[in-house]
Amino acid sequence: MDTLVLRDLSRTFAMGDTSVHALRGVSLTIARGEFVAIMGTSGSGKSTLMNLLGCLDQPTAGDYFLDGIQVSRLDRRQLADIRNQKIGFVFQGFNLLPRTSALENVELPLLYDRSGRIADPQRQAMAVLEQVGLGDRAHHEPARLSGGQQQRVAIARALINQPAILLADEPTGNLDTHTSVEVMAVFQRLNTQGITILLVTHEPDIACYAKRIVELRDGLIIRDEPVAAPRLADSDLLAWPENGSVTGSGRS
Amino acid sequence: MKWRSLILAALRSIARNKLRSLLTMLGVIIGVGAVIALMALGRGSQADIQAQIAGLGTNLLIIHPTSSQTAGVRAGSGTLNTLTMDDVALLDDNAGMLQEVSPVIRVQEQVIAGNSNWNTQINGVSVSYQTIRNHVMESGDFFSERDVKTRNKVAVLGKTVANELFPGQDPVGVQIRIRNVPFTVIGVMQSKGQSSMGQDQDDIILSPWSTVLYRLSDGKTVRTIMASAVSETQMEEAKTEIRALLREAHRIPAGGDVGFDIRDQSEINEMLTRITGTLTMLLSAIAGVSLLVGGIGIMNIMLVSVTERTREIGIRMAVGARPGDILLQFLIEAMILSLIGGLLGILSGIGGAELLGKVMGTAVVVSPMVIFGSVAFTAAVGIFFGFYPARKASQLNPIDALRYE
Ligand SMILES: Nc1ncnc2c1ncn2[C@@H]1O[C@H](COP(=O)(O)OP(=O)(O)OP(=O)(O)O)[C@@H](O)[C@H]1O
Ligand SMILES: [Mg+2]
Repeated sequence: MDTLVLRDLSRTFAMGDTSVHALRGVSLTIARGEFVAIMGTSGSGKSTLMNLLGCLDQPTAGDYFLDGIQVSRLDRRQLADIRNQKIGFVFQGFNLLPRTSALENVELPLLYDRSGRIADPQRQAMAVLEQVGLGDRAHHEPARLSGGQQQRVAIARALINQPAILLADEPTGNLDTHTSVEVMAVFQRLNTQGITILLVTHEPDIACYAKRIVELRDGLIIRDEPVAAPRLADSDLLAWPENGSVTGSGRS
Repeated sequence: MKWRSLILAALRSIARNKLRSLLTMLGVIIGVGAVIALMALGRGSQADIQAQIAGLGTNLLIIHPTSSQTAGVRAGSGTLNTLTMDDVALLDDNAGMLQEVSPVIRVQEQVIAGNSNWNTQINGVSVSYQTIRNHVMESGDFFSERDVKTRNKVAVLGKTVANELFPGQDPVGVQIRIRNVPFTVIGVMQSKGQSSMGQDQDDIILSPWSTVLYRLSDGKTVRTIMASAVSETQMEEAKTEIRALLREAHRIPAGGDVGFDIRDQSEINEMLTRITGTLTMLLSAIAGVSLLVGGIGIMNIMLVSVTERTREIGIRMAVGARPGDILLQFLIEAMILSLIGGLLGILSGIGGAELLGKVMGTAVVVSPMVIFGSVAFTAAVGIFFGFYPARKASQLNPIDALRYE
């Protein structure tokens, strides 16, 4: 079943007299359980696309169907509930609450969860933090975390509400190779559980853990092809030279 | 969203900017404090006055003739506009609505005791006067029916007179002279203090009406009749009855001017209520203005806070906060801010009132109603003035809020 359907989607930003065409008509269909890497040069419109997919922004033209629902028809409240229940979003710039512990940052989506799916928010937050290897940093505030650690807090926050769709905008941008592969291992594990994943990345090495690669240039899709043989992060980690020595806190 | 975490988040953000929060609350603190303090003092003095009125006797009726010139006709004595002992007897015997009736025959005289003297008012009254006016004896006794019958020259002194003529002594049994007539002091009454009109109620000598009427006065004229109604709630019925009886006795045609003025304490009470009402309105106006200013202060800070925390709002929205959640968060923050201000205001208001009360010697009455009222009002101020900034925050577009620098 198709989860995300984009039809001729465009997004134009008005900048005074001029306007910036970040997306110029993107059509894309992503089925449930896919793992897509979105690539492209800087400024090609990747983040703009992710924001639209994450129901954070509205397209200037075109249609976006999420699980068959036309998103432009939804009101602010329904959009909020979709963001809360269906989507996990990892921002390129982390977007963590300052002066708030990693644990509380991760718990934040559950604060607005009305479904009560997760019985013990704090325990769940701890569990996802451990999943990204940050169990020992739960009570640190973002300012006292490294860039890579902040990025992993952001990933944990995106995972806590057990979303059906995970949208990650350069989740490995600040991570070393080993930790990046660890994150990919987490993503692949989630993907096997049936979660649809869209991942923006610059690195071809990371993109090849996905099952499909979509490339953007100047707001248009220039390439959309399946990955012949996706790499397996778990086996790469096992075969890693000097297992676990690359990051100090990578494993717990 | 859970209330506990909402309130916790609000408290945390208030605590994060302690000085700013305090300055924000200052308007509310001063407003509420001023209202509480003024109300407490106002109610205190009102209670003082009411206690005095009660001391006067709440069922007291005072009957005076009105001006002796009525409709251009000079009233003859004993007919129109003059009260006599016959009227007193008439009311005493026939007025069912009256409990006690006493004449008051008033003369102003120089009183001599040994080598000190004092100018005071001598009131000739009946024995029931003690009950009517709630006079309590400090020493000695009030005079008796026998004293009235035999026109005994006995005097009961008010506290002021006793103090002036016999400083530091008990005058009971001592002789005094009123217009060269010797009187024996048989009692001293407890102090009643100033009347609500500011007169010294203790600067007085009471004697049997018969003695005063025939030895000091003209033997005829009764200036005033004082009576107590059977009940506080039947003052009007009592007045009507008195009017009817006097109208008949003085042969005043129906519809004509009765020529007597019957007053009771309710009129004084009404006047006081009116004054207190004006005062309360004035206080409410002050309260309103200062709370308005305080509220605008809160609104200002909340607007700054919304701008400052635009990214935070964006993050919360991105992870699924509904517009209503954001609205509630900022509303609660504004409300807590003004509630804390209100509570501090109540404390400082009570403290200020106690202090002022001590300095000025007035009673301080802090009513729970005023406290509840100001708490409710400050919460309302918080909601009212917090609403605009909160709504502004909730209407932000998530992605715009996230991009905000
Ligand atoms: N809010 C905005 N206002 C104006 N222009 C914008 C806005 N957001 C993005 N753009 C423009 O749209 C284009 C696409 O931006 P976008 O952030 O999607 O790029 P990107 O592919 O994510 O790049 P990067 O790899 O550097 O993150 C850029 O030219 C950018 O300047
Ligand atoms: Mg980007």
